[in-house]
Order: sequence, then C-alpha cells, then structure tokens
Amino acid sequence: MATIVVHSQTSPVQDAEALRLAFKGWGADNKAIIAILGHRNVHQRQQIRKAYEELFEEDLIKRLESEISGDFERAVYRWMLDPADRDAVLINVAIRNGNKDYHVVAEIASVLSTEELLAVRRAYHNRYKRSIEEDVSAHTTGHLRQLLVGLVSSFRYEGDEINAKLAQTEANIIHESVKEKKGNNEEVIRILTTRSKTQLVATFNRYRDEHGISISKKLLDQTSDDFQKTLHTAIRCINDHKKYYEKVLRNAIKKFGTDEDGLSRVIVTRAEKDLRDIKELYYKRNSVHLEDEVSKETSGDYKKFILTLLGKHD
Amino acid sequence: MAFNQELEAITQAFSGHGVDEKSLIAVLGKWDPLERETYRKKTSHFFIEDHERQFQRWNDHCVRLLKHEFVRFKNAVVLWSMHPWERDARLAKEALKKGSISYGVLIEIACTRSSEELLGARKAYHSLFDHSIEEDVASHIHGNDRKLLVALVSAYRYEGTKVKDDTAKSEAKTLSNAIKNAQNKPIVEDDEVIRILATRSKLHLQAVYKHYKEISGKNLEEDLNDLRFKETVQCLCTPQVYFSKVLDAALKNDVNKNIKKSLTRVIVTRADIDMKEIKAEYNNLYGVSLPQKIEETAKGNYKDFLLTLIARGG
Repeated sequence: MATIVVHSQTSPVQDAEALRLAFKGWGADNKAIIAILGHRNVHQRQQIRKAYEELFEEDLIKRLESEISGDFERAVYRWMLDPADRDAVLINVAIRNGNKDYHVVAEIASVLSTEELLAVRRAYHNRYKRSIEEDVSAHTTGHLRQLLVGLVSSFRYEGDEINAKLAQTEANIIHESVKEKKGNNEEVIRILTTRSKTQLVATFNRYRDEHGISISKKLLDQTSDDFQKTLHTAIRCINDHKKYYEKVLRNAIKKFGTDEDGLSRVIVTRAEKDLRDIKELYYKRNSVHLEDEVSKETSGDYKKFILTLLGKHD
Repeated sequence: MAFNQELEAITQAFSGHGVDEKSLIAVLGKWDPLERETYRKKTSHFFIEDHERQFQRWNDHCVRLLKHEFVRFKNAVVLWSMHPWERDARLAKEALKKGSISYGVLIEIACTRSSEELLGARKAYHSLFDHSIEEDVASHIHGNDRKLLVALVSAYRYEGTKVKDDTAKSEAKTLSNAIKNAQNKPIVEDDEVIRILATRSKLHLQAVYKHYKEISGKNLEEDLNDLRFKETVQCLCTPQVYFSKVLDAALKNDVNKNIKKSLTRVIVTRADIDMKEIKAEYNNLYGVSLPQKIEETAKGNYKDFLLTLIARGG
C-alpha cells in the first residue's frame, strides 16, 4: 500500500501557478513545494509538469533543479520523474558509481515486474541513447557482468506454474555451487536470470526445506566480492523485496554500509507502491517507527519532504 | 504428349520443392493401369521391384519424403497467416527442439528482427509455451554456444541514430585483437566479443564493421572462424547477403530437409520487410534473379505462392 496522502480535488493549473509563486523572489518557498508535490500522485505530477510547461514555457523539473539544492533537490527531482525514467536514471548513476552500487542495478532489475523492467529499458534508450545492457556490460567483467546483464535483460514469464521437480534440481545446483565458493556460477546465473519469479521462489523454498537454512542467510557470510554481493541482493529481492527494503532502510538509518542513498531511493521509489507494508515490517523488526528514526537522522527541507512522502501529517 | 514426355513430366512434378499438382492431375490422373505400371517399373528410385511376387511397391522412405513436399504449400500458408510474433516464437521453439543444427535459426531471429519485433516474439513465446525464451535457450543449450545465444535472444538494442565513432573504432580494434589471439583464447570464450555483438546497436555495429575492414582489410565475418559468430555478424551487419546465401543453399535440388525448409522461412518472414533488397542482393551475388531461380526449382502451388509473396511491393 502507498504511504503518500493524495489530495483528490486538485487542479494542475492551480498547482503550477502556486509553484511559480514559490519560485519568486530570493530563494524558493520549499514549504509550498513540499505541500504541493508531496501530496500528488504520479498522474497529478505529470499533469502539473505539463501545465507548467504550457503556462510558463519552461520545464518544471529544470526550474526545480535550479531553485533547490542538496539532498532535498535530489529527492524532489527523482520524485518528479516518471517511474520508468526514474529507475533508468538510478541505474545509470549506479553504473557510473561502480563497484559499491552495482547492487542497486540488481535491486531494480529484480524487484520490477517484467513489463516495468521493459519500460525502464525503453526509458533508458530515450534518455541515454544506449541500451542498459550496453552500459552495464561495458563497465563490468566476468561473472558480475554475466549476472547483471542477465538480470537487466530478463523478460521473465509471469505465470503461476511451478515445476516441483525442476525446483528440486535447481535448488541442488545452487547448493552445490554455494558449497564450493568458486562453484558453478554460470549455472546459478542461468537459473537466477531466466526462471520465472514464481519458479525461483519455489526453488528457494526447496533449498530451505532441504538444507535448513534460507539461501540468503547462507550467502550472508560470503559477500566477499561484488559478484557475491550482487547475487545476494538479487536473491533477496526476488524472494521478499519488502524485507530487503526494510534492511536497506535500517542500514541507511544506522549509517551502516555504503548505501548512503538508500533512504532516499527506497522512500521515493516505493512511496506509491508498498512503503506502508515496509513501514510495518520496520516497526515489527525495530520496535520503533520509521518516521521517528527518519526525524532523528535527517534535517531541513529534505527531512520534511521525506516525512511527507511517508504519510506524516503536517 | 507422347508417353515418354508424360513420364518426364511426372518425374519433374515430384522433384524440387513442393509438387506440381496440375501435372499430377492432368497426366497421372489420366493414365490407365498399364501406363501406371510402366511408370512404376521405370521409376526405380520410388518403387521397389518385387521380382518374386511380380509387383512393384512404393519405397516407404520416399512416401515420407513426398509427404513433406505435398505439405510444403500448407506449411507456407499457415506460416504466412500467422502473426509475426507467433511465427518467430514457434520457429525458435522448433529450432531449440531440433538441436545444434538449427541454432542458426535462433541467431537469424534474434539478429535480423527489430528490437520491438524480437520483444514481440518473446511475449508470444510466454503465451505459447509458458516459459521465457531465454529460460529455454539457457537450459537446453550447453557449452560454448549458450553464452552467445542467450545474450542474443535477450537483447533490446537501442535503435536510434546516435553512434559514438571512437567507441566503434576501439571496439573494432578489440575484435581484431581477439581474432589474432584466437589460437590462445578461442573466440567463443571471449566475453568482449560477445559483449560487443550482443549489446551494441545495429548502427554502432555497422560502424564497427566498417572500421574493422579498414584495420584488417577483410570483412569481419571472414576472419571469424566460428560458425555461430560468423552467422551473428552476417545477420547483424549484412542481413540481405545472409538471406541471399540461405536462399541459394536452399534452392538446390538435392538438399536435406532442414535446408529446404529455410526457403519457406526466409520468404515468409522477409516478404514484408526487405524482400526487395534481398532480391537485388541475390541477383548481385549469383547473377540470376530470385524469381527465376524459384521458377526453376519449386513446383506447383508452393511455387506460385512463393512467387506471389516475393512480387509484393515490387
């Protein structure tokens, strides 16, 4: 379930005019920006952008970029993009950031549905004049490359069918590969990047039933290199992405690990999807509300914006 | 007609691609029992003489072969009326089932279709076979061909006009080095070669092709001594040459049934795309027009159907 609180009776023209007003003078009225954009869903935001362009002959996003700054600007910028375009930008940034951020590519490619991933691939073509797989493969090598290219190029079957025998066979293949650390990575990559998600979840369940430990826990102590780390991310995202996102948020708030962008990324990309479920998971796991933690760890307009997306009432 | 001419007509009616229904009706249909017996006695490649019991019987193998020829027209009609997506999905599935002799068809589909056409084939594959095409390719194909083929069927290439010429030049150099080093490291194991061929846009690859020629004096596919890579480059960079060669191989009189099938496949799948260019290239390469060659080698309704398809759009 989404967390943003949307106002249904809005007029894109009024919003565009209000934003224009917010830009007037020295410095922007960030409160007004948050009050409007933080309470509009994706369709409303698209209409506001269109209305602003028609009224003032200027791209709202470009204007926002010049009016605000820092973490606040980055969050608002991403919030304003179409979801597919946003993910394309996130992937491109992750590729350019290199080693520490390849897991973001795996995250996006693994969480999205088949059609959503396709839309991201199209958006990437439009924005960067290249394909995602071109860029990912040119920046990586070996098994990491194979895994990432396979993940971003997948066009998974989305049916409910489960082949139990296959799940057994492939759980065994994964087990054998994980046992000897440098095991048959190619087979694991094949399974993970081509099977349907339903089949994969059945395979992961089979693994857990057979070996008493979930595959993601098993891999926890083997995240030594980028390939293992990325593999781990992909498996966790396919298996239970809400649990994965809870962990990303937890790590970001505790400033544990290198995914500094995690807080902003998860909240902006999931606010209109399942952030409410992730919030509940967070509370269950940590006995404290996500909003309270965010309140403590962030500040200024960025904090106000993020809290708005989290559904906090002013 | 004198009887000998009639015999010749029936022999002709049964040789080549398809059967000459009209002659069979006009001549065979009118022959009396004695004439038919003479036909059987004089056609030893179809009929086996049982000297002991004084009769001639059909060679079963020939009957099976003839069945293929009678059904060639029906197959062409069915394939032609199919949605292009279903067509490509079914061709791919059949190629996978047949094994390595048919992998060229997978390469043909993956590399000569536009990005959207290939995507459509992948969607149709989901619908028809409850699996993704990359799933089946990855699990059915082992060894060296797997990496290349999975990468090719998963591609969603950028189709815009932007090409970075320095990158194309440097990638031509990479390919040249890989080819020179093929003794130490076979091309099939070279991830960089696969990366370039499987992810770059077709326009980019044409630039690479051009630069390669400038560097080494030869065409890229001539220097690649692995069949699959050769086919890949031909399909991506010079598709009309590729199709002309496939057609020429098929339009011979004594070819195996897989090669024979490619006549229907190429004409049906390209009639609405680039048949005009293929005809021109065919003429260029072989000094004879494609319609004329088909007139000589194919028979009956099948022949007329093919000629009609080729004549479309001039």
